[in-house]
Amino acid sequence: MQAVLRSVPVCAGIVLLLCALLPQAAMAAPTQSFLQPMGPVAEEQATHLWRVIAIAMVVILPVLIGVPLLVWRYRIGAKGAKYTPEWDYSAKLEWLLWGVPVAVVIVLASWLWYSTNRLDPYEPLGPAPLRIQAIGLDWKWVFLYPDEGVATVNALAIPVGRPVELTLTTDTVMQSMLIAPLTGQIYAMPGMTTKLNFAATRTGVAEGENTQFNGAGFGRQKFAVTAMEPARHAAWLADARRAPMLDAATYRILRHRSVLAEAREELGLSREATPLYFALPMPDLFERVVAKYHATGGGGSGALGGTGLPSRPQGGDE
Amino acid sequence: MSQPTSPIFGRLDWTVTPYTDLLHHVTSSTIVGAGAATVLVLGTLGAVALVTRMGWWGPLFRDWLTSADAKKIGIMYIVLALVMMARGIVEGFVMRAHQATALGTLSAPESGLVAPDHFAQLFSTHGTIMIFFVAMPLLIGLINFVLPQQLGARDMAFPVLNQVSLGLTAAGAALVMVSLLIGKFGTGGWTVYPPYTGIAYSPGEGVDYWLWAITISGIGSTLTGMNFAVTIFKKRAPGMHFMRMPLFCWTSLCVAIMLIYAMPALTVSSAMLMLDRYAGFHFFTNGAGGNMMNYANIFWMFGHPEVYILILPAFGVFSEISSTFSGKKLYGYTSLVIASMSIAVISFTVWLHHFFTMGQSANVNIAFGIATMIIGVPTGVKIYDWMATMWRGQVRITTPMVYLIGFFMLFVIGGLSGIILANPSIDYQVHNSTFLVAHFHNVIIPGVLYGMLAGIHYWFPKAFGFRLCETWGRRTAFLFVGGFLLTFMPLYVLGLMGMPRRSPTFQNPDFLPWMYVAGVGAVLMLCALGSLGWTFWSSWRRRADLAVPGGDPWNGGTLEWSSPAPVPAWNYPRIPDVKARDDWSAAKRGGDPWKGPDDYADIEMPANTRFGLVLAAAAFALGFAMVWHVWWMGVAALLAIVAAVMWRGMIVLEPEIVPAAEVERADRQFREWVAAAPPASRADEETPRNRGVPDITEFAG
Amino acid sequence: MSNGDNGLYPGLNLGAGHGDAHDQAETSVFGFWVFLMSDLIIFGILFVTYAAALDPVGLAGGPGPQALFDMRSIAIQTGLLLLGGAAYGGVSLAVKYDGGAGKVVAWLAICAGLGAGFLFFEIRDFLHQAQEGGIPQASGWLSAYWALVGLHGLHVAVGIAWIGASAAQIAVRGLDDVVKVRLSMLGVFWHFLDLVWIGIFSFVFLVPLS
Repeated sequence: MQAVLRSVPVCAGIVLLLCALLPQAAMAAPTQSFLQPMGPVAEEQATHLWRVIAIAMVVILPVLIGVPLLVWRYRIGAKGAKYTPEWDYSAKLEWLLWGVPVAVVIVLASWLWYSTNRLDPYEPLGPAPLRIQAIGLDWKWVFLYPDEGVATVNALAIPVGRPVELTLTTDTVMQSMLIAPLTGQIYAMPGMTTKLNFAATRTGVAEGENTQFNGAGFGRQKFAVTAMEPARHAAWLADARRAPMLDAATYRILRHRSVLAEAREELGLSREATPLYFALPMPDLFERVVAKYHATGGGGSGALGGTGLPSRPQGGDE
Repeated sequence: MSQPTSPIFGRLDWTVTPYTDLLHHVTSSTIVGAGAATVLVLGTLGAVALVTRMGWWGPLFRDWLTSADAKKIGIMYIVLALVMMARGIVEGFVMRAHQATALGTLSAPESGLVAPDHFAQLFSTHGTIMIFFVAMPLLIGLINFVLPQQLGARDMAFPVLNQVSLGLTAAGAALVMVSLLIGKFGTGGWTVYPPYTGIAYSPGEGVDYWLWAITISGIGSTLTGMNFAVTIFKKRAPGMHFMRMPLFCWTSLCVAIMLIYAMPALTVSSAMLMLDRYAGFHFFTNGAGGNMMNYANIFWMFGHPEVYILILPAFGVFSEISSTFSGKKLYGYTSLVIASMSIAVISFTVWLHHFFTMGQSANVNIAFGIATMIIGVPTGVKIYDWMATMWRGQVRITTPMVYLIGFFMLFVIGGLSGIILANPSIDYQVHNSTFLVAHFHNVIIPGVLYGMLAGIHYWFPKAFGFRLCETWGRRTAFLFVGGFLLTFMPLYVLGLMGMPRRSPTFQNPDFLPWMYVAGVGAVLMLCALGSLGWTFWSSWRRRADLAVPGGDPWNGGTLEWSSPAPVPAWNYPRIPDVKARDDWSAAKRGGDPWKGPDDYADIEMPANTRFGLVLAAAAFALGFAMVWHVWWMGVAALLAIVAAVMWRGMIVLEPEIVPAAEVERADRQFREWVAAAPPASRADEETPRNRGVPDITEFAG
Repeated sequence: MSNGDNGLYPGLNLGAGHGDAHDQAETSVFGFWVFLMSDLIIFGILFVTYAAALDPVGLAGGPGPQALFDMRSIAIQTGLLLLGGAAYGGVSLAVKYDGGAGKVVAWLAICAGLGAGFLFFEIRDFLHQAQEGGIPQASGWLSAYWALVGLHGLHVAVGIAWIGASAAQIAVRGLDDVVKVRLSMLGVFWHFLDLVWIGIFSFVFLVPLS
């Protein structure tokens, strides 16, 4: 009995706690949850979450309420309780027991169909999206703005109101990119490309991260996504274009197994987690990284660091 | 990492133990590593010393290790599972303790109790152990113990094969245990996704430990599945039609079918990864035509049915205990059978929901998402059927019932999060997050663990002749319920807040309070483990009070409750002639259920053999040799396996004959004892008056 | 049909309607069928892997089907293996009509010989392909090819070893019930190899060449 009594308030508590999370959006730290959406995709995902919970309650509440009642009412020695040991079938009840879950699943499946189609990450959110490319490295992300000639490590800036089309690959093992307040995640794999289409409807800073474990630096493979007014975004791009070039030699260093702070140290910069900005002289860098994995014989072009584990052993773990 | 390979010792040398790491740097991480190795060494030495001191080697060898009796094999599986569970729970606690101390920054190196690499080994071994060496042996052990008895059979269809299966499972478990002391385990999680686990990115011995442990034990599980299936199809007692089988047998049949069809996928995916790692093949490598997505597909073609392999036996247990402890017939037998079989079949059609986020089209995701939701229907029906079983019953809150009630209340929350995850659009957000971690613990702990512990409590008297202490049993159950809630509910919240699973560090201070709560929960889980151990120990000390030689302590309805406790090796003096569903219950209603058979005959029982033991040792040697590239030993072990199999193929094992007179003496003694024993009513169930002879005027569920 | 009251396994000719022998045979042979179904899943997954790798990405610039497959040799292999399967009919008939141990062993030897002939040509092909650069390390497609066809070849080798073991058992024990049941399982296994080969012949060799 105690187990039952103990679990009821906790179940209710979870729902309340989830609601309590919402006001945290005001905090200075980057937003990390899709329950504080910054764009239409995450907003619809959050709505759909509550919708599914609400519909599923039709089948779940009878258990959460019914079991404690049954245990209490029919405990051995309870006064006035009926006892029908031979009863083991009722056609009417069967219809109910199968019918209600079937009905609920039909409703849920319809919503699933609708929302999955609507939130298909491959579908552009509007005309003329901003093209960005992401290359996953061990344990950082290189972002390329091929049309703007800009590259960054672990920093993404997007203009509010304009759709973004992010194309992903990796130059190492499988990774998965999630920018929760803006969009869901998708895997990034070497030699292959995947896409995330999203947009920001308000300014703010969202945290992006890799969610697929890929080694010791995994916990620090995070980046900030800043949604800014279009004018500020243009200025940001212009600033970045004045930064040093992302040439093949720099890329090879970035490809080492290191978190951002360690990579900065290797590039002769201060050991901190401040993003790197580059001008991008190779607009086809992304395609060349993908193509490395299609080269005959598996070797790939050496200029971009080959396809295997980088030769330099990882540095700086304690 | 390309150390030279010695022709004699392979890659083994003195630096592979965690003590070397400890000598290099003394940190909390190396202390934990060396401590774990020390516990393993001392535990092994202690066990050896105890067995030697008590003079148990002979009985251990004769009565257990070489026995082909399915009941003993089942008990050994469960002992193995409980030992491994102790390690798994402690690892879970270390991970929670680590994450509670792991708040860091992006610029500073990771801090916390253990190093990131050590943390990754912990989550990898924890998952591997809990799935393959706790959940699987628990359910396989329970089925081994119960299934032949419920079917009215003497043993499994292939007793020697059964012994081999246990041996291979134990060999796999031993490999995982040895990795504590010799070398390191992999860091690729329990799913071991390449290319991260390919030779390029994981060059050491760690992934190989996983591959060999899983392949060896996986072959054992495949053989087990065949054994169960053939036993159910061919060894049922006369009159035991399919639609008279207890629900636990039905779910065992589902498990058997799923093992037969799902385990080969795991064998193939592991073998292919081995070929990649050892022989330079390109199944899952980056480039050269390798395709890592193929691994995800093949692995989860095994992995999803596996989830239902784990849960269905628990559903079988819940079907039995909901009826027995409500003193009532099981509601909706046919519905439950249909629901179980539907789950078994549909479970093969949903594997893709483990990677909605791999980039396939929305329509593919929709198809698999809807298939996933459809599984919710039979699962829901089952829960309602058990509730209907309790309705208008006389419910006794025994330990198994506490587990059942905990299951009801918690499993539906896991079901809810499952329905949430089945939506690709939401899965895009919470996939790979601690929400997912919370979800599968929420179905596996209240489902599998509670189900198996309930089953152990329920059938324990049948195995050992005395009941387990109800007070401590209930305390354990409450601790497991409370521990689960505190540990995993925070992980739901953290997942929604955006915390990825398997994070060795995090930077958001808002996560910290939830980590503390989860840490407290992990302490409760440790207490639950201790309490479980204490339940066994204190019950054993009070075994005289708790003895139930009558064999039917719960007034049960299925065949196995008609035999004495502990049950004799031959199960039944004559193979029963089954006349009804819940035959024993019908016999009790008919009066004079304990009437002996008219005559007795010789009984053929499978003879003891060392075959399983030999194969287990050889398989362990093979795995260990291959992990460390000790090629001569690998070849020798492989030849030993081939030789042993061929030797077994050439000979014919003659059964052991139990003479009719011996059966008759034991059986008459039991029946006279029962006739003289005062029956105990349900109100006395938990008192020493319960001697396993129920008051048959009360309705047997 | 005179053997046994239950009419099970008339072809096995088990000792004078002995119910126990039939029950044991029933369990063993059914169990072996179940094992083969599990084995078939392994082959099925390897077939799918092969199909998935049969594209330019999977070939990865390495040698392809046109360069490596020798249809004449494959036709010979197919003929030898299928004849070997047909020859097992001789074993079954000899068991059924009490042909005597000598006849059974003779037919077994023919099966083993044809199987060995198949293996000879298959290994010759493998060696030839390796010389042409068609090693399993060359591409994903070649990995899949070697794994699938190689596993089948391994099964054939196991089948030949089993035939040898059966002949030895007949020599030691004579044609008793135990050996007869084992011969029937061997037959199931031997025909299973033909079945898998037909899949390999069609999907591995004919499809990419067409």
